[in-house]
Amino acid sequence: MTTYYTKDHEWIAVDGNTGTVGITDYAQSQLGDITFVELPPEGSAVKQGDAPCVVDSVKAASDVYAPVSGTVSDVNDALADAPELVNTDAESGGWLFRVTLADAGELGALMDRAAYDDYVKGL
Amino acid sequence: MSAPNQAGWRPAMGEGGEAAVTQTASGDRGLMLEEPLIFELGRPGTCGIDMEEPAGAPVAGLAKFLRAEAPALPGLSEPETVRHYTRLSRQNYAIDLGPFPLGSCTMKHNPRLNEKMARLPGFADVHPLQPQHTVRGAIGVIVELAEWLVTLTGMHSVAMTPKAGAHGELCGLLCIRAALEARGDAREVILVPESAHGTNPATAAFAGYRVENIPATPDGRVDLAALKARLGPDVAAVMITNPNTCGLFERDMKAIADAVHAAGGLVYCDGANFNAIVGKVRPGDLGIDAMHINLHKTFSTPHGGGGPGSGPVVLSAALTPFAPLPFAQRTPDGTVRLIEEEDAPADHPQSFGRMTAFHGQMGMFTRALTYILSHGADGLRQVSEDAVLNANYVLRSLDDVLDAPFGKSGPCMHEALFSDEGLPDGFTTLDIAKGLIDEGFHPMTVYFPLVVHGAMLVEPTETESKAGLDRFITAMRSLAARARNADPSLKSAPHLAPRRRLDETLAARKPVLTWSGDQPRT
Amino acid sequence: MRYLPLTPAERADMLRTIGAGSVDELFVDVPPEARLPGPIAGLPGHASEMAVERHMTRLAADNLSATQAPFFLGAGAYRHHIPASVDHLIQRGEFLTAYTPYQPEIAQGTLQVLFEFQTQVARLFGTDVANASMYDGSTACWEAIAMAGRITRRKTAVLSGGLHPHYTATATTMARFTGDQLATSLPELSATPDDSAVIAAIDGETSCVVVQYPDVLGRIPDLAAIAAAAQSQGALVIAVVTEPVALGLIEAPGKLGADIVVGEGQSLGVGLQFGGPYLGLFGCREKFVRQMPGRLAGQTVDADGKRGFVLTLSTREQHIRREKATSNICTNSGLCALAFSIHMTLLGGDGLARLARINHARARATAEALAKVPGVSVLNDAYVNEFTVTLPRDARDVVRELADYGVLGGVSLGRLYPEASGLHNALLVTATETTSDEDIHALATILEAILVDTHEGAPT
Repeated sequence: MTTYYTKDHEWIAVDGNTGTVGITDYAQSQLGDITFVELPPEGSAVKQGDAPCVVDSVKAASDVYAPVSGTVSDVNDALADAPELVNTDAESGGWLFRVTLADAGELGALMDRAAYDDYVKGL
Repeated sequence: MSAPNQAGWRPAMGEGGEAAVTQTASGDRGLMLEEPLIFELGRPGTCGIDMEEPAGAPVAGLAKFLRAEAPALPGLSEPETVRHYTRLSRQNYAIDLGPFPLGSCTMKHNPRLNEKMARLPGFADVHPLQPQHTVRGAIGVIVELAEWLVTLTGMHSVAMTPKAGAHGELCGLLCIRAALEARGDAREVILVPESAHGTNPATAAFAGYRVENIPATPDGRVDLAALKARLGPDVAAVMITNPNTCGLFERDMKAIADAVHAAGGLVYCDGANFNAIVGKVRPGDLGIDAMHINLHKTFSTPHGGGGPGSGPVVLSAALTPFAPLPFAQRTPDGTVRLIEEEDAPADHPQSFGRMTAFHGQMGMFTRALTYILSHGADGLRQVSEDAVLNANYVLRSLDDVLDAPFGKSGPCMHEALFSDEGLPDGFTTLDIAKGLIDEGFHPMTVYFPLVVHGAMLVEPTETESKAGLDRFITAMRSLAARARNADPSLKSAPHLAPRRRLDETLAARKPVLTWSGDQPRT
Repeated sequence: MRYLPLTPAERADMLRTIGAGSVDELFVDVPPEARLPGPIAGLPGHASEMAVERHMTRLAADNLSATQAPFFLGAGAYRHHIPASVDHLIQRGEFLTAYTPYQPEIAQGTLQVLFEFQTQVARLFGTDVANASMYDGSTACWEAIAMAGRITRRKTAVLSGGLHPHYTATATTMARFTGDQLATSLPELSATPDDSAVIAAIDGETSCVVVQYPDVLGRIPDLAAIAAAAQSQGALVIAVVTEPVALGLIEAPGKLGADIVVGEGQSLGVGLQFGGPYLGLFGCREKFVRQMPGRLAGQTVDADGKRGFVLTLSTREQHIRREKATSNICTNSGLCALAFSIHMTLLGGDGLARLARINHARARATAEALAKVPGVSVLNDAYVNEFTVTLPRDARDVVRELADYGVLGGVSLGRLYPEASGLHNALLVTATETTSDEDIHALATILEAILVDTHEGAPT
């Protein structure tokens, strides 16, 4: 399994043809207390750059962009009762949705951890 | 012989004060009164209104629709009701109590003559669907107010029906849309400055347009060159706030309007900040095509804890034919009327339709007209001058202790903008705002406009006395100093208000929106 | 000028602090050609309270008000007795001159009132939740249709013929921009509403069916039957209540299967005011709460653990979501919501039920009196306080003639539906607790006198 990162602070952990998507710990710290997560319907199609998911904090609603194109295969149902998982565990238990990749080649445009950490330092 | 003044103050009472009483049995503290919910106080069988039980049965046809039980709603006697709401009112800050320096809200004094006039039975107790000839006086108020608004703005007509500012923006954009469609030139894009209030892009998106941002110059105004570069046959309109949300006059307004018109587009002006220029500048002279006016801002109708508002829209001659129904008008022979659906095909055929039932916020029209007549042309001009003077006084009295991002480039208009630049780590605009509550003021607008970091937007309005401004300035200087000195108590302010900081995260994660204490939740 | 506290000496002092020579220097950014040299010509100057009062009183006197005439108008705005305390309480400066409660620590008065109001509306409507009010019933109705479209992801809304035509017109204007298709129709002049036509129009493409209850002619649709049909097709039911007093007598729409209930709260606390400001009411099922437009007050605790209230779920609103907001509403109708809430608190549930019974009794007495007038027949099998009569000729003319006799006799269907000539002989008549026997007698006798000149079979 390899994890890639985007400039919009999403991560995608790819295992075979499935990617698990979430937001980074840096992102959750910027957003403050997460109050609600609007997840995409299972089975819906997403294109790289779409915003199928919205993360609400008290005073803001932030779009989560799809790092790759594909079909939503699963969503994190635990977030309905415990949106705070995105704060406490953004990069594992606070995952948002899973996607079946349409084109693994899209991953080439994303960053690895070291590049993402450098990127965040420069912000 | 006993000493006089047995019941009054004695020197030995000096110790303790408020700290001596940590708990009261009642839960109240002096005049700081707690108040339960009506559901905790009232009983369904109680009624504070005397009514006789009617004789006779319902009509037969009603039988199958009758409810089995009365609604589960608590009632209170009149004394309990008056007490409940009076005690609640004391937990609110209000203009009547002190300065309310919210930028872009124009929280000016609400004259009580307005309230008296709105309650005259000839205005209060007439129905919108009475035959028009029985309500010529009420229609006359609408038309007279419309004529004032047209003259003050240098425009051609007014759509009076929008219920609030955002509703007015929608009205203006729908007129623009209708006008472009009528000339066979439907366009898809509306340009909006990044500093605009959220209603602008929201309204444009609702009206079916794609919204693109116009960048700003370093001195906080619309970048005219960037705008001109973007204009083209796909741009329907530009939405400009002038003065803008940074409290600055758009010097290039006429050039902006000319460029937009040359490219075939139209100019919508958000009139939320009209208080800065009313009576001194006519937006129509600057080339706008439509502008909504917030009667509850510039024209003193009360905010009422969140509404109602009123957002009439002044229109150019070219946009007038598309104004929504009903349309208020003075006919050539001087009579006043409202054009409704019956007469529209003959007299106002290109209207884009109706936006709401009936004909607008009449209660706000009587108040606004009363206010306008009280001030007159000279008074309104003085309003904008004093509003701008007060804001500049605040700006220059604080710009040595707070960062004013545009303070060096000239005067502000009716509101002064500060940022959180220079506040020590860990101290934010929010802390200053909450500290201001302890000082006895409502905070200024915070975190708006978004284009300035940690924005603090202060609009004193013209009804603030110099003494009131000086008190506010003293409090702000104290707060700035406490922040600079990293005073930790600021981080947990307010301490002295009826409530301390509230857990908004809990309210959003687990919303409790109704009382369920005496009811099973479904 | 009495509203401007600054003195000339203070202005001079402040200019010195600012470092400007005159106020005009502060307007330096305004192009000189746009800066007016003096007060706008042709407009009067400032005026004393006395002078303004004289002017406004003269305008007020040029109206025939419900205090001066027997009054039978309804059609979405109703005349009820508002207890004296309501108006006094809403004029307390802490309510009247307060702002939207964005700083909750010093706005618990407003916020607690909104929480109580939301609960009252939810219970009245029989819904789980309600919001802190909308502009009015017509815009609330449109917002509900848009919300149903978002929830069901379907595009066709069925609006029953019994929906107030202003509400239909408002929705029609707005739907052009969301792509919602509206199936609308005119009301039939029948004793009961045509529920089967509404049911027949529902299919798998229907997002919602919008049913006014009681309807524009005062009749009462079978909401339970319509809801069953809608649910079987996955469509939502939106009930529209323009007269909340009616809910003191007939069952709450939420209990009959309505998913969203909207309405006009003007009847309680607010007053006729020639059409506004009014009070939009909006309730829905709990599962839809994040799709609901408008402000919401929610319960929470403060740093000391004390119960308090805040505006919540704000991320739906346009000042945050901008282009993606659930609607573009900014203002609610706060002061009107307060007035409604105070009036409802004075009434209580039993009081509201009694008020509704009184309203119905007055309407029944009016209907019986009018039924005796030759040429007049009462249409409705059932009504609460508003019903329809048919006349032998165009009711618009009859209404004008009644007004000439100083009687405000109702709302003609021709006023509401100018293009539907088949409806033009019908008149909506409303009676409330304010309607006296003398009023009824005046209406019946003058109507009889006006109609006595009508020949049978005269052209309409």
